Amino acid sequence: MAGLLVAAIIPIVLTPFLLHVAIMVGLFAYVGSAWNLGCGYTGKLSWGHSAFMGLGAYASTMLYIAYRITPWLGALVGILVAAGFGMIVGAICFRLGLKGHYFVIATIALAEIVRVSFINWADLGGAWGLLMPVVRDSLYDFQFHSTRIPYYYIIFAMLLGLLYLKWRITNSKLGYYFTAIKDDEEMAESLGIDTFKYKVIAMMISAALTAFGGTFYAQYVMYISPDTVMSVHVSTDILMGPVVGGMGTLLGPLLGSAIVQPIMELTRAYVGRRGLDYVVAGSLTVAVALMRPSGVIGWFEKPFEAIFASSSQTHKEG
Amino acid sequence: MPLLEIRDVTKRFGGLVALDAVSLDVNEGEILGLIGPNGAGKTTLFNCATGFYRPDLGQIRFEDESLLGLSPHQICLKGIVRTFQIVKAFHTMTVLDSVATGAFARTNNMEQARKKATSALELVGLSDKKRVPIKGLNIVDRKRLGLGCALATEPKLMLLDEVAAGLNPVEIDQVTGLLRRIRDLGLTLLVVEHVMKLIMPVADKIVVLHHGKKIAEGKPSDVARDEAVIEAYLGRE
Repeated sequence: MAGLLVAAIIPIVLTPFLLHVAIMVGLFAYVGSAWNLGCGYTGKLSWGHSAFMGLGAYASTMLYIAYRITPWLGALVGILVAAGFGMIVGAICFRLGLKGHYFVIATIALAEIVRVSFINWADLGGAWGLLMPVVRDSLYDFQFHSTRIPYYYIIFAMLLGLLYLKWRITNSKLGYYFTAIKDDEEMAESLGIDTFKYKVIAMMISAALTAFGGTFYAQYVMYISPDTVMSVHVSTDILMGPVVGGMGTLLGPLLGSAIVQPIMELTRAYVGRRGLDYVVAGSLTVAVALMRPSGVIGWFEKPFEAIFASSSQTHKEG
Repeated sequence: MPLLEIRDVTKRFGGLVALDAVSLDVNEGEILGLIGPNGAGKTTLFNCATGFYRPDLGQIRFEDESLLGLSPHQICLKGIVRTFQIVKAFHTMTVLDSVATGAFARTNNMEQARKKATSALELVGLSDKKRVPIKGLNIVDRKRLGLGCALATEPKLMLLDEVAAGLNPVEIDQVTGLLRRIRDLGLTLLVVEHVMKLIMPVADKIVVLHHGKKIAEGKPSDVARDEAVIEAYLGRE
């Protein structure tokens, strides 16, 4: 509760740059949690989530440019498109029985197919990308220029909604089945769980939620291109939060994003050398993955558990 | 009509014939013991009957419906559930949650799943360990848990793979009692077992496999005197 209050007041006192950092923390906490819901839960690590983010960004931006459809509705279209693509990715990978590294490589390859297709798709701006037309501040147009504070509240509302959804799923048949699949697929199958179906469902949920993050990104940055929203480094951005914070935990992606994103933004702002931000954040991610594969959230687990102990859930976050 | 009917099932792995035209019937309400030396094909037969393997030849029918081509979860929903020789568990869950996972096979409702799980845990004698994480269970309790998860799916037929392996004599007696109680609930059991102390007193019928072939079938007392069985287990001078 105290944390929520601080989060609600914080943007008012921040400088514009720090506000930007906070928004990026929120965005990558959101997409990291979306990734986590599908991948951390069932243990299938996708390195291709940029495709879902990109599809969300492109769907809403295209619909706005062409028909002035509100990005909120555009986001819904993006969610449906991404869920459809998530179903294809899941169906291909899981039907082929891809596991471990092979699954990771397949997701990168499928996302690259999407990116290269968009680069060569002239009607969607090709490699140049799409520039969002600037209009006056409004919630309908999802644009705020005089102050960026609304972006902050929107992304944190999205994050809270996502965490609530995750909590609901955790305490339902779906959540039990996801955890069962992660723990032991053969046993899950022997107890009547259609593991293929539920793995595809997890991928679709994760893809759909990630796409919404893509729309937010497009509205915030006002410019998208296949390289800025669909490339492998975007997938890396998405999964660094959960990997550093703790995969499959409720608050790991938020914590990880709160560590990784400021480091990257500060490196970019004060050291500046192109690519150094990824050198620093990447090294950190590798170090955490090697030395503390369960994520740094373990160091904070006790206080977090105290906060969430009131939930009826009895098993550890899947 | 038998509940489970296995007809001339053959399963090869490359040049190895793991099952060679094996037939057996499991009748409703009985405990059928399946024994044989290591490598006889017992677990392979389980895997064929539960959809984990597809037999190369032969027919498997349950309640007069073919099971061939069905996946394991579909077979579970038809009413056949198995346990595993090497004990499997959902290691990040608590005892109650993992049994509830089994119960979700028949319900979508959380309360109902927990209720069914609670009664399954009472039956297998784990009621006092509901909230314990699975990591904290010893081997006997893990076997009880495996049975609990399987029971929670409300099966008609249970296939148990070596429930008594690794247990001491007292624990074996407890499991023997448990199997009888499960049978008395109206379930049918097909039990693979090495431990004769367990299987001989409870089984209504014993089938012996050796090198993928059925070499004997009959009442436990008859099978124990069978020449071919003694030879398979002890060899001949």
